[in-house]
Amino acid sequence: MRTSAGTLRTVLAPVLLGVVALALWQLLVVAFDIKPFIVPGPLAIGTEFGDNIASVVAGALVTGGNALVGLVIGGVVGILFAVLAALARVVDELTAGIVAALAVVPIVALAPVLYTMFGAGAETARQLVAALAVFIPVYINTLRGLRQVRPVHRDLMHVYAASAWQTTRTVTVPGALPFIFTGLRIASSLAVISALIAEYFGGPVGGLGKSITSAASSSNYNLAWAYVLGAIIVGLVFYCVTLAIETFATRHYKPRT
Amino acid sequence: MSEASATAAVQVTAAVQVTGVDKVFTAKRKPSVTALDSIDLTVAPGEFVSLIGPSGCGKSTLLRLIADLDTPSAGTLTVFGKTARQARIDQEYGIAFQQSGLLPWRTVAANIELPLELHGVNAAGRRKRSAELLALVGLGDFAESYPDQLSGGMQQRVAIARALAESPRLLLMDEPFGALDEMTRERMQTELVRITGETGAAVVFVTHSIPEAVFLSNRVVVMSPRPGRIRDILGITLPGTADRDEHLREDEAFFENVSRVRELLHGEAPVGIKGVENR
Ligand SMILES: Nc1ncnc2c1ncn2[C@@H]1O[C@H](COP(=O)(O)OP(=O)(O)OP(=O)(O)O)[C@@H](O)[C@H]1O
Ligand SMILES: [Mg+2]
Repeated sequence: MRTSAGTLRTVLAPVLLGVVALALWQLLVVAFDIKPFIVPGPLAIGTEFGDNIASVVAGALVTGGNALVGLVIGGVVGILFAVLAALARVVDELTAGIVAALAVVPIVALAPVLYTMFGAGAETARQLVAALAVFIPVYINTLRGLRQVRPVHRDLMHVYAASAWQTTRTVTVPGALPFIFTGLRIASSLAVISALIAEYFGGPVGGLGKSITSAASSSNYNLAWAYVLGAIIVGLVFYCVTLAIETFATRHYKPRT
Repeated sequence: MSEASATAAVQVTAAVQVTGVDKVFTAKRKPSVTALDSIDLTVAPGEFVSLIGPSGCGKSTLLRLIADLDTPSAGTLTVFGKTARQARIDQEYGIAFQQSGLLPWRTVAANIELPLELHGVNAAGRRKRSAELLALVGLGDFAESYPDQLSGGMQQRVAIARALAESPRLLLMDEPFGALDEMTRERMQTELVRITGETGAAVVFVTHSIPEAVFLSNRVVVMSPRPGRIRDILGITLPGTADRDEHLREDEAFFENVSRVRELLHGEAPVGIKGVENR
């Protein structure tokens, strides 16, 4: 089959490259006797990862859970506001300024403030940081998608004397789906990064971010890198899952009929 | 024919009545375009009328005015005696464009059911109607397919089925077969003749193809550009108009009508060989 051969190649090539890169890395670390506090070898990280797998998974669940809550909240709010902005000009004008302002704020910088607002014992602040980071790309992409209604579809809905809400429901939002999913895919990585970095600024222990800092501060560099590896895996999982959902949901969209 | 007294006695409401309609497009910092200039046209119920003319002569504009997708700058326009707007709200017509305009995220059946769904027909009624229409356009096996799984000709048939969904008395079609290959096109024409014969709907049909216009129509409206005007309206007289089929394309009378339309279009005697495509 052509597709399976294609998949094999797209999967095999990066895997091979990765293996070669890891081997080279290991070789350099051994050859030049690089100290772990600069960068440990992949074998050391791998061993540490395996030995502490329970703790890494627990941390991944905490950080990933925060990212997921943020992705859902930020995604829903972003889509909702974009739909409102597309329907009512007032909403668009009101939110345009806020979104422009939010887009330039480094969202994680809000984490310390949010910790004092919601208490340092709760995950709320981290989830909120993730949600804010998610909101912007989802809102912007969704709104762009909602404005791409094809003239022939607009004419059709006019011919059917459809109400604004009927048009939104049957044509505008489904037509914007590819854009919404692109926004969510970009946002999924942002959610993980934001939830992780937010942990650096305080809050309860247990997440990957806190684990990385505490391992590093106790000079346990191999363990710190094992947690970093865990964070990379969480980010990859988020990205791949949203990509898979996107591919499935928009599988019939390609030809413009 | 001595039908004058009969027509006077039974005042039939025209499917489309266009009287002195102008359409001028004005844009900022651009000269205005007179797309249509004093257009008069009457389409009787059940009549098949084609609009033909060079690109830019206002065929689509006229169709869009009838469909209330745009409003005339002057003149009056009624559809079954109502204003175009009221006729649109009452869903007096079905429409098909050059692009099928199917919603790619809906199945074929769901696309056909779209107007019914918007107008509150229940699920069972919608299913029944879409099944009927799919059979009518010969796509019974494709109800659950998606538009991207169909050929261009099949997509266009779905669009026509959708236009017929609410059994309109009037069909508006803007080059619905424009993007199809010649063979598919001729097959679709034959199907359209059959379908309109079965439904008894009046049709206003925009086309660039002379043979297509002659094959389908009771009358052909020949238009000229800049400004868009009706040059002439030609009644098509063919033997056995009731059942137009493939044999008609070989018929002498068919070629004669094609030549007449071509003469009118070019405003001169035809130079080509009889029956040669000119589109
Ligand atoms: N929305 C619009 N704004 C400005 N000018 C327009 C608009 N729509 C049409 N026109 C102009 O009106 C004239 C007639 O256009 P129309 O689309 O009706 O032509 P047509 O006969 O359908 O041509 P074709 O055969 O190429 O489809 C053209 O000169 C066109 O530029
Ligand atoms: Mg046109």
